[in-house]
Amino acid sequence: MTILDTIGSTQTVGSHRPWPRAVVDDAGWARAIDEFAAGRWTLSGLWADVDAVHMAVISGANEIAVLTYQCSNGRFPSVAARHPPAMRLERAIFSLFGYEPVGTPDRRPWLDLGFWDVAHPLGKRGAPQREPYAFLPAEGDALHQVPVGPVHAGIIEPGHFRFTANGEFVVRVEERLGYVHKGIESLMAGATIERGAQLAGRASGDSTVAYASAFARAVEAATQITPPARALYLRALMAELERLANHFGDIGAICNDASFALMHAQTGILRERTLRATEACFGHRLMMDAVVPGGVARDLNADGEAQLRGLLAELRARFPRLIELYDNTASLQDRTVTTGIVKPEYARQFGAGGYIGRAAGRNFDARRTPGYAPYAELSFDVPVLAAGDVNARVWIRIREVEQSLSLIEQILERLPPGGVATAIAVSGPCEGMAYAEAFRGDVLVWLRLGDDNRIRRCHLRDASWFQWPLLETAIENNIIADFPLCNKSFNCSYSGHDL
Amino acid sequence: MRRSLIEGLTTGALTEPAPQPDEAALAELAQSTNRAARTRLGRSLSIRHVDAGSCNGCELELHALSNAFYDLERFGLRFVASPRHADVLTVTGPVTRNMREALLRTYDAMPDPKWVLAIGGCARGGGLFAGSYAVVGGVSDVIPVDLHIDGCPPSPTALLRGLLALLQRQDGSAV
Repeated sequence: MTILDTIGSTQTVGSHRPWPRAVVDDAGWARAIDEFAAGRWTLSGLWADVDAVHMAVISGANEIAVLTYQCSNGRFPSVAARHPPAMRLERAIFSLFGYEPVGTPDRRPWLDLGFWDVAHPLGKRGAPQREPYAFLPAEGDALHQVPVGPVHAGIIEPGHFRFTANGEFVVRVEERLGYVHKGIESLMAGATIERGAQLAGRASGDSTVAYASAFARAVEAATQITPPARALYLRALMAELERLANHFGDIGAICNDASFALMHAQTGILRERTLRATEACFGHRLMMDAVVPGGVARDLNADGEAQLRGLLAELRARFPRLIELYDNTASLQDRTVTTGIVKPEYARQFGAGGYIGRAAGRNFDARRTPGYAPYAELSFDVPVLAAGDVNARVWIRIREVEQSLSLIEQILERLPPGGVATAIAVSGPCEGMAYAEAFRGDVLVWLRLGDDNRIRRCHLRDASWFQWPLLETAIENNIIADFPLCNKSFNCSYSGHDL
Repeated sequence: MRRSLIEGLTTGALTEPAPQPDEAALAELAQSTNRAARTRLGRSLSIRHVDAGSCNGCELELHALSNAFYDLERFGLRFVASPRHADVLTVTGPVTRNMREALLRTYDAMPDPKWVLAIGGCARGGGLFAGSYAVVGGVSDVIPVDLHIDGCPPSPTALLRGLLALLQRQDGSAV
């Protein structure tokens, strides 16, 4: 039974591509929440629009649809009341648009930390209300609180963590995020497609290729344009190089947080080699603005290809020794094994993507499901483990490095000839949506274009939205000193979440 | 592990020669650095970093400064955990309204004399994010800035050139 059959809706929006968008009534909305609560469907996004709230749904059969609830009175039935993964998304909708989730168990703001000049900046703007923020309580004898952040001790992004501990053991940690909220979605509204691509590429700098690709593919879906095959292969090449660089950085940083600096130094070399190759090939170390709607901005020449083959040879020679080093260092394993366990039922319920979900049994990778070109033509495995601990998240990354190396080889072998860009032309109002698998998980981009070539509304959903809450569960009963290790093994994006 | 360590001793170092300090940076610093402050510190600086709203791209390149190729610490430069220990504050991003207060408090927690490096295109006036309801603007809209290092993000070499300019300016050996 399809998603639209299940909710009993026939009112679909014609210009929404590639998946259907249906406007549903109260009964249809409630039926969708039933499916989430029963664990049959996954909530993949929840965002507001002019007098409407949209949800992205992935069914048990991996079918995708967007369901829309019209809320001209500024109220919509809370999803979080029966499906907790929607909680922060609904709080963000209230803070940004002012729409009230009726029946929500948590009415506190999200992203709005009380410093803006306006309330509900994307909806009916009002005067800001500044109330003290109440953290969730923890009760018991001999508990103490440790507030951490927003400014942290290292070179990392800002966020606040409120620990409640009993001695060394964490009883509860609550995240408070939004410090790097830049208002990207408000800057998107009215922007040209070119500027939109630049903004999307800076939602989370470490995933600039993934974001720019998802944005480009959403535009291409909306305008029904297919980029040249060579451009699609080059996007995949950049995406795998981005995954390599980030996984090298993460594997080293996780080990470094367990005081094993040797691994950090070694993976740092591999990361730097990768970034130098990307700069030589695409003119930018992080490949910012290299993926554009319609194709890619830079073609790969013979020199670049040679650089990449050299890089692959070096990585193939050096990386196996680092795996061995990780696997044979008992003092390191002592820190990572059984630390920070994500329960598989939470990974499934929250639809956690990336290495966080895959280390806890959730077999999901946007390159496979829904899948996008050219991955169907390439052969790769999606590694999945069940343990859900820091160690499993390291191993998923290690296995993904191996898969990315193989993918890059395949791409270089099969890179089709031809052009790398197609012009974008908007012939009328249209809507598009796309997923891309960033190194940390699936990015969702949804947008509506006007006939003046400008963006009306664009929503970017980072994988972190469904991963951050699981960090709170993973740290429970671990010691405070292991929090940096757990946090690094998650490496959620602050900027991608805060926007 | 032993093999990696021995190989590290027997093969040549990956660390590259220091780049020349940035001339433009020296000129900008010439106007802001106080001669008295310069003489009070040795040729060593402790750096505290604050992300005031960055996309995290600049952070990636700041991290790269510590890898084997750039080896920041050979210049006497190191990142420290507390603003109380820091001589230099590096700030990235457009300053968001949500981070303004935290940035000010970090700056105020640093002892004098102190320098501020605004890193990346966004740190100069807000960049791509200027004009948003959630953004104050550039770093200099909140605290005094001694040096801007442009780029989106600036490469580790560009960062190093800026930091070396600060060092030279500070021990009076240049300009």
